[in-house]
Amino acid sequence: MGLERQEVLAGLTEIIVEETGLPAEAVEDDKSFVEDLDVDSLSMMTIVTLAEDKFSVRIPDDAVKDLTTVGAAVDYIIGAGESA
Amino acid sequence: MTGIGATTPLGGTAADTWQAVLAGHSGVRPLPSEWIERYELPVSFAAQIAVEPSEVLATPELRRLDRSAQFAMIAAREAWADAGTPQTDPTRLATVVGTGIGGVWTMLGAWDTVRERGARRVLPMTVPMLMPNSPTANISVAFGAKAGAHTPVSACASGAEAILLAARTIRDGRADVVIAGGTEAAIHPMPLAAFAKMQALSLRNDSPATASRPFCTTRDGFVMGEGAGVLVLESAEHAAARGARVYAQVAGVGSTADAYGVAPPDPSGRGQLAAMRTAIDDAGLVGADIVHVNAHATATPTGDTIESLAIQATLSDAVPDPADSADLANAGVPDALVSATKSMTGHLLGAAGAIETIFTVLALRDRTAPPTTNIEQLDPEVHLNVVCDRPAPLPARGKIAALNNAFGFGGHNIALVLTAP
Repeated sequence: MGLERQEVLAGLTEIIVEETGLPAEAVEDDKSFVEDLDVDSLSMMTIVTLAEDKFSVRIPDDAVKDLTTVGAAVDYIIGAGESA
Repeated sequence: MTGIGATTPLGGTAADTWQAVLAGHSGVRPLPSEWIERYELPVSFAAQIAVEPSEVLATPELRRLDRSAQFAMIAAREAWADAGTPQTDPTRLATVVGTGIGGVWTMLGAWDTVRERGARRVLPMTVPMLMPNSPTANISVAFGAKAGAHTPVSACASGAEAILLAARTIRDGRADVVIAGGTEAAIHPMPLAAFAKMQALSLRNDSPATASRPFCTTRDGFVMGEGAGVLVLESAEHAAARGARVYAQVAGVGSTADAYGVAPPDPSGRGQLAAMRTAIDDAGLVGADIVHVNAHATATPTGDTIESLAIQATLSDAVPDPADSADLANAGVPDALVSATKSMTGHLLGAAGAIETIFTVLALRDRTAPPTTNIEQLDPEVHLNVVCDRPAPLPARGKIAALNNAFGFGGHNIALVLTAP
């Protein structure tokens, strides 16, 4: 069963907001985790761990470095959801 | 000492806590009924925090800090603001925050996650959150304190040892300002079960609010508490240069080890006496100069008796050995007003010495010794001038000195002498 894109973006935004304290409006598809959202590597791993749990997907550690933007993470989660 | 901050079972600030202490309130509350039913905990109450950190801190901080570090951060911010947010060279600002147990909620929660859901679900901040130096490290980062970040871990003496180390850091010229205190968040079923197994806890389940009864004949153990106390200490020159309000001075410090047992204190009280006498000597005073003592007095049957003998001997300068009962009998009851504030706060373990230092500071400021509540009958073995039920006035004029004790499992004895002009 595939995941709806809007649903994944909303769920991931919720995780990012709780981790960073940023307002939800600041989290958009094209935002860079490092440059725009000030997410360091430990925070990124926290977000990934919580996202794996929330969406019941697996995001291997070596895939995380390619998830530079919110949109890239959303797409990865949808792809991982479809192959699951 | 130029700033104080606390979050305790009696209030979310140092001021609220102190008002509750002077009014003789109890910070004891019931534990979740599930803990009692499911785990068969023999104790049904503890002194839980009055204001939950979730009411004070934003979500990212709540998630990145163990409960013990949350308490410490709240108290540190209050203390720093209370000190007037000193403008300080970061390389001359240090932190010293002690704890007894560390991030026990984080550690045990992560273990539950591993067991129930596997290693992948463990959050990457787990180690930085559970380590006992996490409170001091986070405060160091938050305040940009670069002169050193230290974590004394000496069980229930940790908070007082932090004040001792802070005073020495300033005396040694390693910092001008130190943010120092203690924190503890160990009201969790496991530590409660373990302390209960040591027969250290009061099991007065029918009367929780009066369970903590230091120096009382019917005392049966301590009541576990949680919270944090943090102070800002400055060199006299630094405080004077910025025109800071000074609450009190750390005039003398003393630390000894019983080298007797890892849990029970040396029944002779000699180690405790040596710590107190060292602190009084260090302050250039004698026992008779002490007008107020905030005793460690946790309400364990043996602990309070040992401490009372050691205090009596220390303040009666003529008695070299607290185990010499004939000498003590001749010495009589020292004049100093002795308070056991754990009767109201419960025992905050690694935070106890820090919040009781704050109480001692405020007692000097207000020239008022706080009450010891719940004493139905003073133990006849306690030959001290214990302040029962209501606050009592300290000398209204002149320089006065007070003593704060904190002792910890492992035989750690810390004594601090504070003075106010």
